[in-house]
Amino acid sequence: MPATKTIKIVGRRTINAVWRIGMAARFFFLTLLYSGSSFRRFHLIIKELFSTGVMSLIIIIVAGLFVGMVLGLQGYETLKRYGSESALGVMVALGLVRELGPVVAALLFASRAGSAMTAEIGLMKATEQISAMEMMAVNPIARIVAPRFWAGVISMPLLAALFSAVGVFGGYFVGVVQIGVDEGSFWSQMQAAVDFREDILNGVIKSFVFGTAVTVIALFEGYDAPPTAEGVSGATTRTVVTSSLVILMLDFVLTAIMFRGN
Amino acid sequence: MTFPKGKLIAIMGLSGCGKTTLLRHIGGALKPAKGYVKMDGQVIHELDQDGLYRMRRKMGMLFQFGALFTDMSVFDNVAFQMREHTDLPEEIIHDLVLMKLHAVGLRSTFNLMPSELSGGMARRVALARAVALDPMLIMYDEPFAGLDPISLTVVGDLIRRLNDALGATSIVVTHDVQESLKIVDYVYFMANGVIVAEGTPDEIRASDEDFVRQFVHGEIDGPVPFHYPGGDYRQDLNLRD
Repeated sequence: MPATKTIKIVGRRTINAVWRIGMAARFFFLTLLYSGSSFRRFHLIIKELFSTGVMSLIIIIVAGLFVGMVLGLQGYETLKRYGSESALGVMVALGLVRELGPVVAALLFASRAGSAMTAEIGLMKATEQISAMEMMAVNPIARIVAPRFWAGVISMPLLAALFSAVGVFGGYFVGVVQIGVDEGSFWSQMQAAVDFREDILNGVIKSFVFGTAVTVIALFEGYDAPPTAEGVSGATTRTVVTSSLVILMLDFVLTAIMFRGN
Repeated sequence: MTFPKGKLIAIMGLSGCGKTTLLRHIGGALKPAKGYVKMDGQVIHELDQDGLYRMRRKMGMLFQFGALFTDMSVFDNVAFQMREHTDLPEEIIHDLVLMKLHAVGLRSTFNLMPSELSGGMARRVALARAVALDPMLIMYDEPFAGLDPISLTVVGDLIRRLNDALGATSIVVTHDVQESLKIVDYVYFMANGVIVAEGTPDEIRASDEDFVRQFVHGEIDGPVPFHYPGGDYRQDLNLRD
């Protein structure tokens, strides 16, 4: 009965997916509930900010620079057709602060910091460090998960802003220094066209949402990973895949809400 | 099972017989389907989270491979509970940690990371961490697994001495018959989740129960068969009579 078997498999997978979403929602709620102690001992968040934020700086800066340079090249080629090369600064800046900054930085953050968080927590579980903490009457969600969650939420918008800033300089380098677009129009048009609330603030909100989503996925996958080598590697892969899809899906939803009709 | 105050008790049995599960019930990590665990006058599975955490502060546990926090130094591992559960000033914590490490012979390793320790040393640091707050109950999950003969004797000796020094109760889940019979006061043998034999080390050594004899002397065949139960061998090989 292949049809019955298929229905069974689909049903089991659907139930499993719904169950995991429920568990992740409960996990997120508990993380928020037990966040108080993290703020009372802010040094725990600072430590995690270093490993998630500072350690991601290189990949964010290098990627931001190249994305900005590509935008500069592609933008110049397109704008030249309409005789609007002077609007290159606007195009690069809007492309980065509205879309590419938050999205690409979040994808890189998921690959670099999210996978590391999952692997670290999964290995802590596999080596019984989380059980040991529970046996010491210390809540692992308050001590391990919450500081990492807030570090992710805080560092993501900062990394996205840095990505966009470096990207603008990449676009400047290609457009102004290499191709010869007028420097004055590059900066002045950018200053005139980029709105703080509409563009920059919305970009920050996007990266904040992405940061929350990626960090919750990474932490949940690590915490829920089977305590074996295979389990941890599977959880790490799921973190990157799920985070990437969720980022792109959320990006569409947020863009539709933020920039509809503008 | 009863674990009287001041006693060191071993729980032995085959892998998968429920020894570690029993420790998890005592620690309140699992809720029993039937029966209960009572400690210090309180039924563990009836406690709420705060009550359970208060009870766990009276417990210490040594995990099979130490379970030291790999992102913390030896000092910070031992100081962990003191910082989490007390308001002691850092100078006092410093002295207490060094005293605990001195008790397990590893005072000079305080600034090393867990990755720089041998298996036996990691187990001893974990032991210092388990007794950091002078618990009334100390649980050991396979404390002798994977240790060389010297480390094994050292860990066994430390378990006995710490129990006596703290006046605590200790429960050792182990397969290591010879080492544990040297140090414990009483032994329970478990199989399939139930107690199949019990007694003092001398009674266990002299026991003529088949299961105990097979386990203590490491005999290949007996109540625990060499072959995993299954179908007829000749039939599996498709042989005719």
